[in-house]
Amino acid sequence: MSWSPYDLNGGTCIAIGGEGYCIVAASTRLSTGFSILTADKSMILPVNSKCLIASAGFDGDRSQLHKVLTFRSENYEHFHKKPMSCPAMAQMLGNTLYYKRFFPYYTFNLCAGLDDQGLGCVYTYDAIGSHERVGYSCQGSGKDLVQPVLDNQLKAPSILELPPKVAVTSLSKDEAIETVKIAFSAASERDIYTGDAVEIFVMTPEHGVQKEILPLRRD
Amino acid sequence: MASTRLNVPGLDGRCAGASRAAATLALGGADLASLAGGSPVASEFPLPAVQDLDRFENNVQELVKPEHGTTTLGFIFRDGVIIAVDSRASQGSYVSSQTVKKVIEINPYLVGTMAGGAADCAFWQRNLGMQCRMFELKNKKRITVCAASKMLANTMYSYKGMGLSMGSMIGGWDPSGPAIYYVDSDGQRTKGTIFSVGSGSLYAYGVLDQGYKWDMDVDTAVELGQRAIYHAQFRDAVSGGTCSVYHITKDGWTKIRGNNHYDMHYQYYPGGHPTAANDVI
Repeated sequence: MSWSPYDLNGGTCIAIGGEGYCIVAASTRLSTGFSILTADKSMILPVNSKCLIASAGFDGDRSQLHKVLTFRSENYEHFHKKPMSCPAMAQMLGNTLYYKRFFPYYTFNLCAGLDDQGLGCVYTYDAIGSHERVGYSCQGSGKDLVQPVLDNQLKAPSILELPPKVAVTSLSKDEAIETVKIAFSAASERDIYTGDAVEIFVMTPEHGVQKEILPLRRD
Repeated sequence: MASTRLNVPGLDGRCAGASRAAATLALGGADLASLAGGSPVASEFPLPAVQDLDRFENNVQELVKPEHGTTTLGFIFRDGVIIAVDSRASQGSYVSSQTVKKVIEINPYLVGTMAGGAADCAFWQRNLGMQCRMFELKNKKRITVCAASKMLANTMYSYKGMGLSMGSMIGGWDPSGPAIYYVDSDGQRTKGTIFSVGSGSLYAYGVLDQGYKWDMDVDTAVELGQRAIYHAQFRDAVSGGTCSVYHITKDGWTKIRGNNHYDMHYQYYPGGHPTAANDVI
């Protein structure tokens, strides 16, 4: 086998954007192969008061990516005297990933927060920066298990349809949080890379960012 | 050869071309200094320090598995350009999205389509949008479809062999009338009247060639585009989602259709498709 700069450390993340709230959640288990390296590794970067980034994939690339994004976000704040908006952050993350097109960050990201109208927004990415604004999304090792459940519970009409329809989920904040918890406890039953605990960040215009930790199966 | 491939714009750290400007601007204010100074900076697209770059990039392709499977089509006729696309993205056999926007609105008179790697298409067509705006500011007139498509083809050719994947149609209206060009990541660029790109293109061509007439009216043309995409979605497993149809006239583009595959199926076959063994639930 030839040398490879990559590993896959597992973990699942979910983001849901609704009317007046945004939820970002990620499991905290870090694994390699069949070994668990640690049970409490955060995959979520709270960039600023308007934006959160969750990254699954390779931990080494994730920490470097988060460092780069933190630097650029702080730089923006010093230049413009305001935090970077979530749509702006989303485009920057896309560009940051694409500039490593030939030596990618092996990370699968979600960028979520509140837009200028206070509406929840979620952007989902591939490893090389292609991104799309969606109502909800899921990335990481439990994606195949969780995404169909989210589709079933939250599916809103496509933004591509004409005449335009409201493309945001009708779920309330509390219902959405409950859905996230159920999805993670279900994923931890069947995905060996999802477990130990899940960090849940809830962002609202009134209360800013609040964090909650839900314990999961530890085996 | 890895060494010769370093000698392309954006990779050698010496290029001061348009892609450099876009790259630096995207990084935020702090890097504007390097733009003005024009001093050599570290290469924009860093490469891994490996002997066998080709093999590394092949492995990378496996790891990131860019979007494949698409149906896009475009044609010109008497009253303008029609562009129609599906919206499915897949990674292997997994459907990663049913809501991809595969028409990239470069400016109000120009659109591009997306097939192949989603990131490669989206990034370089956004870059093309910037190059077209720069042209407008310099020349005080809008760019032609011919020139815009050539700029994209030149960009693609400069990265030839690096593993980019893009099959795109650039459509628009300029002083010479409606025009459509096919541009791909090999650097090929062809002018034409009817194109279809992607894994479902064979099915789309079948419908398109059967119904196409230069003199048809707008409604017929829109319907033809939608029907071709519908049939491609029906027969090609990796095409699907919704069908978006754009019409471009001398006043620019408008999106006129956005229909779910499910709704189209029962519009075209109210009692279910005669060849389908099982009906769609």
